Amino acid sequence: MAKDEFKEYRLVGTRPDRPDGLDKVTGRARYGADMSAPGMLWAAVVRSPHAHAKILKIDASKAEALDGVKAVVTRADFPTGLTGEEWNLQENTMAGEKALYDGHAVAAVAATSKLLAEEAARLIEVEYEVLPHVIDVDDAIKPDAPVIREGAANASVPEGMPPNVVQYLDFGRGDIEAGFAEADLVSEKTYKTEATHQGYIEPHACLGQLGEDGKGEMWVCTQGQWFIRKMCSDVLGLDTAQLRVTPSEIGGGFGGKTTIFMEPLSLALSRKAGGKPVKLVMSRSEVLRATGPTASASMDVKIGMKKDGTITAARAEFRMQGGAFPGSPVDMALYCCFAPYKLENVQHIGYDVLANRPKCAAYRAPGSPMGAFAVESLLDEMCRELGVDPMEMRLKNAVVEGDTASYGPKYGSIGLVETLEATKAHPNLKAELGPNQGRGMASGYWFNHNGETSVSLAISEDGTAQVSIGTPDIGGSRASIALMTAETLGIPYEDVRVNVVETGALGVNEPTHGSRATFASGKAAVIAAGQAIKEMCKRAANEWGIDPEAVEWADGAAQPAGPNAGKFPPMTIAEIAGKMGSTGGPISGHHESVPEGVGASFGCHVVDVEVDPETGHVKILRYLVVQDAGRAIHPSYVEGQYQGGAAQGIGWALNEAYIYDENGKLQNSVFLDYRVPVASDLPMIDTVIVEVPNPGHPYGVRGVGETGITPPLPAIANAIQAATGARLHDLPMSPPKVLAAIKAMG
Amino acid sequence: MVAVHLWSSLTRFTDGAREVDIDAQTVGGVLDGLKSDYPGLEPILDAGVSVVIDGEIATGRHVEIPEGAEVVLMQRLKGG
Repeated sequence: MAKDEFKEYRLVGTRPDRPDGLDKVTGRARYGADMSAPGMLWAAVVRSPHAHAKILKIDASKAEALDGVKAVVTRADFPTGLTGEEWNLQENTMAGEKALYDGHAVAAVAATSKLLAEEAARLIEVEYEVLPHVIDVDDAIKPDAPVIREGAANASVPEGMPPNVVQYLDFGRGDIEAGFAEADLVSEKTYKTEATHQGYIEPHACLGQLGEDGKGEMWVCTQGQWFIRKMCSDVLGLDTAQLRVTPSEIGGGFGGKTTIFMEPLSLALSRKAGGKPVKLVMSRSEVLRATGPTASASMDVKIGMKKDGTITAARAEFRMQGGAFPGSPVDMALYCCFAPYKLENVQHIGYDVLANRPKCAAYRAPGSPMGAFAVESLLDEMCRELGVDPMEMRLKNAVVEGDTASYGPKYGSIGLVETLEATKAHPNLKAELGPNQGRGMASGYWFNHNGETSVSLAISEDGTAQVSIGTPDIGGSRASIALMTAETLGIPYEDVRVNVVETGALGVNEPTHGSRATFASGKAAVIAAGQAIKEMCKRAANEWGIDPEAVEWADGAAQPAGPNAGKFPPMTIAEIAGKMGSTGGPISGHHESVPEGVGASFGCHVVDVEVDPETGHVKILRYLVVQDAGRAIHPSYVEGQYQGGAAQGIGWALNEAYIYDENGKLQNSVFLDYRVPVASDLPMIDTVIVEVPNPGHPYGVRGVGETGITPPLPAIANAIQAATGARLHDLPMSPPKVLAAIKAMG
Repeated sequence: MVAVHLWSSLTRFTDGAREVDIDAQTVGGVLDGLKSDYPGLEPILDAGVSVVIDGEIATGRHVEIPEGAEVVLMQRLKGG
C-alpha cells in the first residue's frame, strides 16, 4: 500500500522547524514538575537503605505530629489480592513485607511544603531485619543464592531450576551440532553487560488528585498516559474511566517512562488528604536508585564459521536480571541477536533472573544492545582469526526479504543489504588511522511495533487542521505527523496543529514506545485525513450538484475529476471549511486500530577510536550511523534519533554502570558519578539515512528510534581491539579495564 | 488446520512437538485451540504472546489466517 517509492513529495522529506520548538527554547513548555494546583501538597518518599530486608515495623507518629503534614501512606493503604504484573507494579510502588532493593519505597508523606514533606519523611521510623542479598546475575542464578521471592517463576520454568529463575526460553531450528561440524572455526565466548539507566534529563514528576469518590486526575511526565491510567487504577483499585491522565511535555523517556514507579503514591496521598492535589518530583538520586534501568546480562555465544565467512551454526545462552521482579528483556535480546544473519542452524536459550536491584524498564530496543554486544563481538573476533573482512562477512550472510529470521518468522521488506552497501561506500571507511587508533563495525536490529492507536482530525473553520494524538512527542513526532497530514490534505505544514491529548479525548493508545509513534499515529492521521477529504469532496459535489464520485482532491481543494464532471473552479479547503456549519456540520476524521504493516529496521555503525596506552582512555574519533528509515518524513529528526541512539550506546559501552557496595547499596546515584557522555566526549556523529520504503505505511515509514542504540557496544569493542589488540568481553570498557586488558597482553 | 510453530521450551506441554496442527481460522481460534489441546500452555498464552502470520504480527484475535500461511508463536514483543 506504499505510495510511489520514488515519488518526491511536497512536504514529506523536508525539514521545517518543529511546532513545539519555540516553547522549548524559551522555557515556556510545561514539563512534569511545572504543574501546580491551588491547595497543592508536596510529597516525599521514604526509601529502604537495604538491598533486601524484612519490614518489621513502620512508625509514622512523629511525622504525623508535625504541623502541615496531611497524610502518610504505607502498603496498608493499598488494596490487597492483586496477582501477576499488577501485583509486581504495586509491590514496586510500595514495598509490602520486604524491601527488595536499595531505594525501594516503604512509605510516603504529603505536607504543605516540599521541605516539610522531606523532614516528615526523615521522621518516619522503619524497623528492618536485613536479609542476604544478591546483585550480580551470575550469582543470582546459583542454586544457593538468596531467594528473592518464592513462587515468582512462571509456567515456562521447568522444575529443578535455580530459585531466582522466573522465566525460561528455548527456541531455534536446524541441527546445531551438524552446523558446528561444518565450520572451519568454532568459537565460544562469554560476555557481560552492565545495567544502565535511560538517563533522561527530566526526572519523573507528577501531580495527582484523587477524591473519596474514586474520581481523580493526574498530570504526569510519561510516554503513555493510558498506561499510567491503567496501571494506577490497577494498583489502587480504581475504575479506569474515573481517572483522567494528562501528559506533560517530556524531557526524554527512552522506554523508562512507559510504566509507573511513584505515580500511585501521589494519588493515594491525595485521597488520604481529603482530595487535595499532591505533587511528587523525584530527585536524580531517586531516579537512579528506584526507577527502571535496563537489565544486566551474562551471555555465552558459540558460532561456527567457514573460511569464506559463511556462518554454519550459532548458539546463544543469555542470563539477564531485571531487578527484583520478572521482566528482563532476555527474550527480545535473543530474538534480535542473530537477526541480521541467514542461519539454518540456530539455538537460543534464555533465563530471566531475579536480583536485589530496581525493577527494570524498557530501554531503547530492550535487550537488543546486549545481544549485539555478545554476537557482533564474537563475529569480529572470528573474522580476525580467519582473515575475513567483517563487512564482506556481513554481506555474505545478510538476510533479505523472504528469508526466515533467526527467531522464526519470514522477513517482509527489509533494507539490511542496502544499509551495508551504503556503509561500505561511506568515506569514513577510507579515513586513514594513526598509531593507537582502530576501526570497528557492528550491525543492529529492532522489530518496531504497532500497538493500539486512536487519532482524531478536525478541520477548523478557516481550513486549517488539528490532529489529536495519544502518543507523547519525544523525538519530533508532532512535526512528522503534521508533515504527513499536511501532505495528504494538500495544505501548508504550518496549517496543521498536532496536539498530544489526555486520556478522556481518545480511545486507548499505547505509549510512544517500540519506535511506533510516527508509524502508527502517523498512519492513523493519514487515514483520518482521507476521511475528511472524502467528506469535503462530498460537500463540494453537493454545492456543484454532481456525484461525489466525480470529485477528486488535489492541491488542497476539491476539483471535478474530469471533463465529464462539469466545469467548476477548484473549491479550496478554506472555502469548504468556511461553510461547514451550513453544509452539514463539522468535518473530521477518526481512525483507530492496531495498525498492520510494521517494518523492521536494520542499522550498521562504524567507529574509529584512539586508545591512550598509558591511561586506557578511549576517545571516539569518528562515528558513523547508517540505518534504514523506510522513509524519512523529517530527516533532521531521523538523524537526531540516529545520533541519540549512538550517543547512549557509546555511554553504555565506555562508562555507564551501576556500582553497588558489599551491602547492595548503590554508590553512584548522581550524574557526577554515573557518567553519561556529554557533548565534549563525542565528535559530530555522521549519519546516512537509507530509504527502503515500508510497504505497510502510506509514506513508507519504518520507525527509527531504537535500532541506533544497538551496534555501538560491539562496534566500540571491535575498534578497541583493532587499536590495541586487546579484546574486552565485559562492559563498561572504562579506562581501568582497557588499561588492564592492554597490560594483560604483556 | 493451521500448523503452528512453537518455541522449543513449550514442547514440554505438547508431547515434544514443535509444530502442532490446530483446527482454527483466526488468531483467537489458534490460541483457544492450543489451550484446549494442550492445557499446559494456558498460563503462558494468557501471559501474552505474539502470533506471527507470514512474517506479520497479528493485530488481534479477529485476524483470519490464510490457507497455508506460516504461523509462528513468539513472546509478546514490546519496545522502548
